[in-house]
Amino acid sequence: MMTIQEKQAEIVEEFAYLEDWMDKYEYLIELGKKLPPLEESSRQEKNLIKGCQSRVWLDVSRKEGKLFFKADSDALITKGIISLLVHVFSGHTPAQILDSDMSFIEKIGLKEHLSPTRANGLLSMMQQIQMYALVANTENPA
Amino acid sequence: MQIREQFPALDQKVYGKPLVYLDNGATAQKPRQVLDVLQEMQAGMNGNIHRAVHYLSVQCTERYDRARAAVRDFINASSENEIVFTGGTTASLNLLAFSFGQTYIRPGDRIIVTQAEHHSNIVPWQMMCQRTGALLEVWEVEDTGALDPKKLEQILDRPGEAPRLLAVTHISNVLGIVNPMEEIIRIAHYYHVPVAVDGAQGIVHKKVDVRKMDADFYVFSGHKLYGPTGTGVLYGKEKYLEEMVPWQGGGDMIETVSLTRGTTYAPPPMKFEAGTANFIGIAGLGAAVEFVNGLDTNAIEAYEKKITEKAIESLQKIEGCRIYGIPGTYYGQVYEKIPVFSMSIEGAHPSDIAMLLDKKGIAARSGMLCAEPLLERFQQTSVLRASFALYNTLEELDYFVESLQKVLKMLR
Repeated sequence: MMTIQEKQAEIVEEFAYLEDWMDKYEYLIELGKKLPPLEESSRQEKNLIKGCQSRVWLDVSRKEGKLFFKADSDALITKGIISLLVHVFSGHTPAQILDSDMSFIEKIGLKEHLSPTRANGLLSMMQQIQMYALVANTENPA
Repeated sequence: MQIREQFPALDQKVYGKPLVYLDNGATAQKPRQVLDVLQEMQAGMNGNIHRAVHYLSVQCTERYDRARAAVRDFINASSENEIVFTGGTTASLNLLAFSFGQTYIRPGDRIIVTQAEHHSNIVPWQMMCQRTGALLEVWEVEDTGALDPKKLEQILDRPGEAPRLLAVTHISNVLGIVNPMEEIIRIAHYYHVPVAVDGAQGIVHKKVDVRKMDADFYVFSGHKLYGPTGTGVLYGKEKYLEEMVPWQGGGDMIETVSLTRGTTYAPPPMKFEAGTANFIGIAGLGAAVEFVNGLDTNAIEAYEKKITEKAIESLQKIEGCRIYGIPGTYYGQVYEKIPVFSMSIEGAHPSDIAMLLDKKGIAARSGMLCAEPLLERFQQTSVLRASFALYNTLEELDYFVESLQKVLKMLR
């Protein structure tokens, strides 16, 4: 299994081939469409992150010391970015997640999507992922 | 179009595409004559107003006073004393909610707002209710996006329980429907209820005559009216402004200050303008008002009507497109619409659409548009909005519709 850093590097490389904005967005839309929707049981108020622009649902589970994320959004481009984030951070230990950064988002030109003023739920989703990792790490340090 | 050339911001490219600015409901671009005033004053003509005898102060004071006269004239207020300068619509409404609340509101009093209000015309009243123990009641919006005056009568007609205030928007920033203000105010006044009108959108698209309308308060921002950000107006009938306690204390709003005998306040409007005013911004607002005054408003209204009709016709052809706020004759009233188009489109999220349009050079809005209760009423969590100003062209409308169709192909 690839490390978080390796996964990020792979995404950065993929995006390097996408020259203009429309290509990037088309790719994200494709990823968004491919990401399986969250089951109704997980698409609940408790997993909902409300934003002014779009809504995001995040479901977390833990297996053999690793955290697994499933997420969804009502907006497709947001969902595409979710797909990247879930791919990068899912399946790793809390310590690995806490130890990583999110520099790839900036490298692929999507930094604005995680700005606090964008209110699309993505930044809150990342904060929640880190919060889960932090709590899990405190309960059961690696 | 000649008007367009006066707005330098419109002549730029974004992502290599000519800018098509369709977010005028949020803020408008500024004409050269406004920019020139700001530049001239920031660069040289800068002296604090009302305080000094020196040349720069006198020049700036003169500009500030001229802006007040221009605004009085623009909305046909009875007196310049009825024009309070503020930081914008939100500041005006917060001032009003505080000062009106402290002066007139007792626990159990009723305040009415409509479901179509911007958060700025809801939250200050909620806060006022928390402070005073008043109760907030809602006048609901019909499926058409219009407000039915008969429903207002039902709310008002409770003997012995007449509300203390009705806060209502002239034109909703989401629906673009022009509410029949004269009729609404006539009904409210019949029940002795004063009316505060949110004119943030109304002042931009309609000729406003506060006396003909008989509004007790009318508030608006400078920046949507082609003026600078951080400027706004609270119009209030003089009798209210005389009676109301001030909101903020400080310099310029006092008559005398004494540490032993207490402080007395200046008469309105100065009573409500504590501290150094944004006098450069207000001079710019004056220039914006003079700019709009110099236009042929009938021709502009006719032009905006043409854009509105064409836009509704084109947008309704898009499969699954629902426009919120349809003009027409309902409830015995004519409801016009300004060129503000909020819509939802089946199978495509507004935020995705707006992001893709952005990369085509189009500035459109998506989200709740600061009107969550209204969106909830239409069971939406987000809408797409294109809002036009007098400088937008029919070609831009065509480009918007064409781009929208392309973007929908990518998303659906």
